[in-house]
Amino acid sequence: MKIHEYQAKELFRRYGIPVPAGEAAFRVEEAVQAAERIGRFPVVVKAQIHAGGRGKGGGVKLARSAEEVRQAAASILGMTLVTPQTGPEGRRVGKVLVEEGLDIRKELYLGLVPDRASAQIVLMASEAGGMEIEEVAAADPEKILRVAVNPLLGLQGHHGRRLAYGLGLPPAAVKEFLALVPNLYRLFVETDAALLEINPLVLTAGDRLLALDAKVAFDDNALFRHPELARLRDPEEEHPLEVEASKHRLNYIALSGNIGNMVNGAGLAMATMDLIQQAGARPANFLDVGGGASAEMVEHGFRIILSDPSVKGVLINIFGGILRCDTLARGVVEAARKTGIQVPVVVRMEGTNVEEGRRILAESGLNLITAVDLRDAARKVAELVR
Amino acid sequence: MGIFVNRDTRVVVQGITGKEGQFHTRQCVAYGTRVVAGVTPGKGGQEMDGIPVFHTVEEAVRRTGADCSLIFVPPAFAAEAICEAADAGVRLIVAITEGIPVLDMMRVKNYLAGKPVRLIGPNCPGIITPGEAKIGIMPGAIHKPGGPIGVVSRSGTLTYEVVHQLTRVGLGQTTCVGIGGDPVNGTSFVDCLAAFEEDPQTRGVVLVGEIGGQAEETAAAFVRSRMRKPVVGFIAGLTAPPGRRMGHAGAIISGGSGTAKAKIEALREAGIRVCENLGDLGEFCRDVFR
Repeated sequence: MKIHEYQAKELFRRYGIPVPAGEAAFRVEEAVQAAERIGRFPVVVKAQIHAGGRGKGGGVKLARSAEEVRQAAASILGMTLVTPQTGPEGRRVGKVLVEEGLDIRKELYLGLVPDRASAQIVLMASEAGGMEIEEVAAADPEKILRVAVNPLLGLQGHHGRRLAYGLGLPPAAVKEFLALVPNLYRLFVETDAALLEINPLVLTAGDRLLALDAKVAFDDNALFRHPELARLRDPEEEHPLEVEASKHRLNYIALSGNIGNMVNGAGLAMATMDLIQQAGARPANFLDVGGGASAEMVEHGFRIILSDPSVKGVLINIFGGILRCDTLARGVVEAARKTGIQVPVVVRMEGTNVEEGRRILAESGLNLITAVDLRDAARKVAELVR
Repeated sequence: MGIFVNRDTRVVVQGITGKEGQFHTRQCVAYGTRVVAGVTPGKGGQEMDGIPVFHTVEEAVRRTGADCSLIFVPPAFAAEAICEAADAGVRLIVAITEGIPVLDMMRVKNYLAGKPVRLIGPNCPGIITPGEAKIGIMPGAIHKPGGPIGVVSRSGTLTYEVVHQLTRVGLGQTTCVGIGGDPVNGTSFVDCLAAFEEDPQTRGVVLVGEIGGQAEETAAAFVRSRMRKPVVGFIAGLTAPPGRRMGHAGAIISGGSGTAKAKIEALREAGIRVCENLGDLGEFCRDVFR
């Protein structure tokens, strides 16, 4: 789960990680008041969306007076911000962060990520701050310092020292850096973070270190033990159908294609999307109804797929294991009766109780296209878009 | 034969009295698996279908000689359950539980390092040596005993689909291992490939991967340098958008890394025959392994 920069900086403050003075604002007037409370100009007005590259799209503006803050906030709030990470449709901006401007001497990078293969928490630091770390990794891999922390042992003093001296920081900043790293590590572990990035971490003319940007994402699997963090979720940043699906514990991701699909199991769902593409169509979504789906969940899933206007046809692919084919069939029939089907639906079922499932579909009187196997299903999907 | 489990494997089920634990224990027993004990703290002394239930794994192992634990414990307690099983001295732990926090699994993995125990999963369907033992939640009936194919996969139902197609073209399986869809897991592709390479009954392996991480690339390097047996690969997620978690916690393309395309290339460079269309996989395998 991603959170906004202003929320991440709030967490940083709580953990003693220095950030510039600033406040979030939802309306123009609030932005002006926030700037007045900061008490000196210039300030920076930053669009708050869950995507990077905001500056390039006009979502970050410098303001030297209250009037300029007003203008900047007015132009950013409500704008549709397009950045390399939002896709061409962009993201509507609903809030800004108003922050003191800093006298920047140098921009650094500092990040923490879990390393899947080694099961260690990796700290990364680089002198090339302000750039995407992936770009630095591709162009100048030797510019990235890495230290791996065994999560059973925790962060040790030498981890921070290797980064601080490796970055060639001035002595005053080394001290600040060595104070900051343990706080950041503690934040990572205590919040079950999945990603923690300060890019840039700025060194000011006065040798102070501050987190000018803050990117934090949490491990979804751990949110159950952090209800206060789960509340930071911003549904406005998500596709409305994804928000709706999550209410029914369905794993749905909206895509831009024309064939909706409903599958049990994430791997099979991805493979089914690929199959749709290989048949000459494009998947409109990812939907994993999960292993233990009820007829009701299937019904909700079906309704959500059909509410996407670009869907020209649907492929249901179920390999019955725990989710039995008869349960699936009942859900589909119920959903079709309630919502009506305006598009052709191809159903492919295999596994537990498949005969019963096929019988329910056949006797429903619904106009469903049955497929005997995946190859047959692909052929029938291809016919739908021909 | 087959790898890791056989008809002599003695299973203790952690979480045996829960809804899932009960249901799948019965399915495993019906398949012929030797489930010798169950564990639910607070319910020691009870029985489930005649299987004795104990308060702790240590007691279950001491009293029944269980050497393998099958875990259905909810995510909040699953990491501890895995460590308890390891401390009790089982040699194999199969963790079905989905949704264990990544940090918990990182600690578990470091804790297990160097101990004489293998963890399969978590977030996996388990492991089956068809005709001998089913230790997991996969439908037993789709499998064909006797080999000669080993299957290893990060997925659940996708594995069932693959196995079903193998069975339909007459290719039986030695062992099918679901290593799980989480970013941090126990047994790796490489562990399974190495075991299949050593298993005299296994003549070829099907490797089922998906987007995210570098496990397939590591597997490819192993196949290139260490394996003589033929390997068929399938990778799910060619159409998956970057930056989105596709159901499995580990299935995410991040920073341009972990794409299906890159994995397919890595497999092909290692001499692995990659089938790109899931509908064709059974016949593809029949042609390769004939």
